[in-house]
Amino acid sequence: MPLEHSSKQYDLDLEQIRSKVLLMGGLVESQFHDALECFRTSNAERAEKVMQADEQVNRLEVTLDDACSHLIVRRQPAANDLRTVMATIKVITDLERIGDEATKIARAARSMQERGVSAINHYETVRVIADSAGALLHDALDSFARLDAKQAMALIAQDAAVDHEFRSIMRNLITFMMEDPRTISTALDTLWVAKAVERIGDHAKNIAEYVIYVVEGRDIRHTDHAGSGADRTKD
Amino acid sequence: MITNLSAVTQASDPRTTIEISGLNFFYGAFQGLKNINLKIHEKKVTAFIGPSGCGKSTLLRTLNRMYDLYPGQRAEGEIIYGGRNILEPGLDVNMLRARVGMVFQKPTPFPMSVYDNIAFGVRLYENLSKGEMDERVEWALNKAALWTEVKDKLHKSGLSLSGGQQQRLCIARGVAVKPEVLLLDEPTSALDPISTAKIEELISELKPDYTIAIVTHNMQQAARCSDYTAYMYLGELVEFGETDQIFMNPARRETQDYITGRFG
Repeated sequence: MPLEHSSKQYDLDLEQIRSKVLLMGGLVESQFHDALECFRTSNAERAEKVMQADEQVNRLEVTLDDACSHLIVRRQPAANDLRTVMATIKVITDLERIGDEATKIARAARSMQERGVSAINHYETVRVIADSAGALLHDALDSFARLDAKQAMALIAQDAAVDHEFRSIMRNLITFMMEDPRTISTALDTLWVAKAVERIGDHAKNIAEYVIYVVEGRDIRHTDHAGSGADRTKD
Repeated sequence: MITNLSAVTQASDPRTTIEISGLNFFYGAFQGLKNINLKIHEKKVTAFIGPSGCGKSTLLRTLNRMYDLYPGQRAEGEIIYGGRNILEPGLDVNMLRARVGMVFQKPTPFPMSVYDNIAFGVRLYENLSKGEMDERVEWALNKAALWTEVKDKLHKSGLSLSGGQQQRLCIARGVAVKPEVLLLDEPTSALDPISTAKIEELISELKPDYTIAIVTHNMQQAARCSDYTAYMYLGELVEFGETDQIFMNPARRETQDYITGRFG
C-alpha cells in the first residue's frame, strides 16, 4: 500500500481519475457483451442501445483526458504518479476504441437482422474468440484496478491465442464463401465481427502492457517480452 | 534508522571531477553527513535534493571547505579534487575556492559597483591591466547573461539591481575567476519565475565549460536542469543516478515517496 501524498487533494484527484477509468472500463465491457448478445440474437433494438452507449464512453474519454491534463499542470507528477497518469491517458484511448469495435459488432448484427438471412451459424463461428477476448478484457481491467503486473504479463501471452483464433475463423469463412457464394454477405459480416473482437483483444493486451509500465517502469511495447520475468515487480 | 541506503546507479561513466568517499561531517557532536560516497562528473550538472536538514547544503559546503569558517565543524573522509584530498589541513583554501566557486541562496552582491563586484575577486588572483579587466568583466557578465541589462550601469551599485539580476551578478562574480566547479546553493529560491528561468537557462549555457553542483528544493528544477540527481535523507545518500531515471523510475522506494510528495 503506497503512502498517501502530503496533499490530500492530490490523492483525491488521482482516485477520482482512477475510479472514472474503472467506470469507463465497466461500460465498454458491458457494451462488448451487449454487442455480442445482439449479434447472437439478431436483436436490432439492442444494437441501437450499444451504439448509444458509445456516446457515454466517448464523453468519459474527453473528461478523463481533461482531468489528466489538469493533474499534470497542477501537480507535476513524477515517478509512479507520472507513469500512472501517462498510462491512464493511453488506457482510455484503448477503452474508447474497444467501444468503437463493440459498436461495429452491433452495426453488423443490425445489418444481418435487416437482411433477415442467416445461412451459417454465425454466432457459433465467433463464440470461442469472443469468450477469449471477453476474458482477456475483463482480466486486463482487473489487473489495471489492482495494479497486478504478474497477471498483466500472463495476459499478454493470451492475446496470441485470440489472434490465432481469428486466422482460423478467416480460413473457415473463406471456405464457406467459396463453397456457396450465397453466404458471402453473412460470412463477411461475421468476419468483420471476428475482426472487431480480435481488435478488442489487442486493446486489452495494450492495457496489460500499461499495467507493467505503471508497476515496474518498463515499457515492453514492441519488444520481444516473451520469457521476460514477470516477477520483477516492485512492492 | 536507515542503513546501507546508498543505491548508486551509473549507466555511462563520464569523467569524474570530484570523488567523495567515506565522507562524514560533524557539527560539534551532531553528525550531519554519514559515509557519503559519490562522484561528481565533469561538465555535468549534479543536483542534490532532499528534505530540509538532510545534509545536501552541508555536502555542498564541504566541496570548497566553506565550513572552515565556522569553529566546531569538521569533515572526515576523502574528497579527491585535482588529484588530492581537499580535506587535508595543509590545503590552500583560497586557491580551492577560486577553483570551486559558490553562489548562495540569497543574492550577496558586495556593496560596490557592478564592475567592482566582478573585478574584486579577479584582482585577488590575477594582475590584469585595465583593458584586460574590462574584457574580463564583460566576458563574465556575458557568461551570466547579464551584460545587455547592465552594460550602461556598470558603475552603479550592485545593490541597485533587481533580485534576479543580483543573483546573476553573483554568478558572474563566481565565473569571473574562471573556476572549474560552480556550487549553487538554492540559487533561485528567492527569485521570481522569470529570473528563475534565466538562471536555469544560464546553468545549461555554463555546462559545457563548468562542472556544476546545485542544491535545490524545487524538484522540477532538479529534473529540468541536472544530468545526475542525488537524493539525501538524514545525512545519508539514499540514491544517486541519472536524473531521468531518478524522476521516472527511481530504484528506491524512499526516493519515489519523496519525489512524488508522499513524504510524512
